[in-house]
Amino acid sequence: MKLPFLPNHDDASFFSFLTRQHPELTPGVRRSPDLPSVQHEPARPLQPVTVPHATTVLAVKYQEGVVIAGDRRATEGFQIAERRIEKVFKIDDYSAMAIAGAAGPCIEMARLFQTELEHYEKLEGVQLSCEGKANKLGQMVKANLPMVFQGLVVMPLYVGYDLTRSEGRIFKYDLAGGRYEESDYHSIGSGGKDARNTMREHFKKAMAEAEALKLALLALYNAADDDVGTGGPDLVRGIYPTAKIVNGTGIIDVAESRIRAIYDEMLASRAAKER
Amino acid sequence: MPMPYYVSPEQMMQDKAEYAKKGIAKGRSIIAMEYVDGILLAAENPSASLHKISEIYDNIAFAGAGKYSEFENLRKAGIRHADLKGFMYSREDVTARSLANGYSQSLGTIFSQEMKPLEVEILVVQIGHNGHTNEMYRISFDGSIIDEKQFAVIGGKSDAVQAVLKEKVPARPPDLRTALNLCIAALEQTGNQKLSLESLEVAVLDRTRDNRKFRRYSPAETKQFLA
Repeated sequence: MKLPFLPNHDDASFFSFLTRQHPELTPGVRRSPDLPSVQHEPARPLQPVTVPHATTVLAVKYQEGVVIAGDRRATEGFQIAERRIEKVFKIDDYSAMAIAGAAGPCIEMARLFQTELEHYEKLEGVQLSCEGKANKLGQMVKANLPMVFQGLVVMPLYVGYDLTRSEGRIFKYDLAGGRYEESDYHSIGSGGKDARNTMREHFKKAMAEAEALKLALLALYNAADDDVGTGGPDLVRGIYPTAKIVNGTGIIDVAESRIRAIYDEMLASRAAKER
Repeated sequence: MPMPYYVSPEQMMQDKAEYAKKGIAKGRSIIAMEYVDGILLAAENPSASLHKISEIYDNIAFAGAGKYSEFENLRKAGIRHADLKGFMYSREDVTARSLANGYSQSLGTIFSQEMKPLEVEILVVQIGHNGHTNEMYRISFDGSIIDEKQFAVIGGKSDAVQAVLKEKVPARPPDLRTALNLCIAALEQTGNQKLSLESLEVAVLDRTRDNRKFRRYSPAETKQFLA
């Protein structure tokens, strides 16, 4: 059937629809697949572009689900590009995603992934499975590979609540779209290693929600302590890391007041040690 | 070489229209009705999984009567159009008006150019918020588009249902329960039989919900709601 004024396509994926019909809007695919590829001028080598980069984000499991959190800083070289960037996104009713890498393409991918999942749900009448969502994100990361060579890295950390298994799950990715499941916790970005070190020392199986949230915020604090790219709590401006809780009831934004209270307590006990 | 028979354009259009109308009248009616907090959509549908009513976007819903495969294609195209627009610009830029226009253009072109017209009649409804009014568009097989108020009926004996509703629907939007009872009564009266709630497809666009306003009522939920 021909529909002259409405886009016609036969696939439940918004990403593949965009790639075919509007390649100019698709991250990573900047050229129509039907056109012959344009040769880059050999005299001018491709220079990686400098853009704001988002840094440390993490996810940690607890008894009923997962806590996902991120700092608020974006850096451009040695400069701070943004102090209030939001890196943790609600994707649908049961999944959230945090990002590290080139800020613009990262946010674009989160938006595209949100649309992708909603699109599938509306067309098919059912939600994708948790595994299906994680795989789809992997394909999108893989499609971004050409941009990686220009310095536009996008690294997601995906957290979903699996309704069939009744548990929260954490997925990490590599640049080629490889998808790996983490059993307890994970962290990515410039301060990712520092955050992982903290979580390795303090992680316990089946923690309570409050305990897991505290651990996530502590790991971010320690990462900010050791890594210049990661922003700690900014007491002067009142900027604090953000966190979301993913469990069987959905995605819950952790209130800023709750995060501030945890940091106040943490900072007081740290200060006491220094005396 | 044998010459094809001459058929006058008027005759051809009339034949096509008759063909399409016959196809649409075979099915059952779908009603969209404004209520206090939004728009109610109700249809008699023996299948629990093959829906006639569907979500298109945050505050836009779709209903199709006639041939399932044809309005299903239109539904999917509408969702693609809406999601693309929302992704390219912003969520608030997706409007029922532009969608209804797209449908009207598509249906009109197919009606005049293709051998077989689409045997469908569709509804595109949008709830308004912050003082904006609701919008209800009824689009026919030939692309003609009608802007409805209070209620709209498509498919089956739509004229009969419309006549029944015209007398009963109050001037001010009723509450959801009253609206649903009105729909059921109108469907029963024109179908001349008792409607079982199992075969009633119900969905609402509810202004009081966050973000995505569309909500489907399962038969069990409908039963509980009316009890």
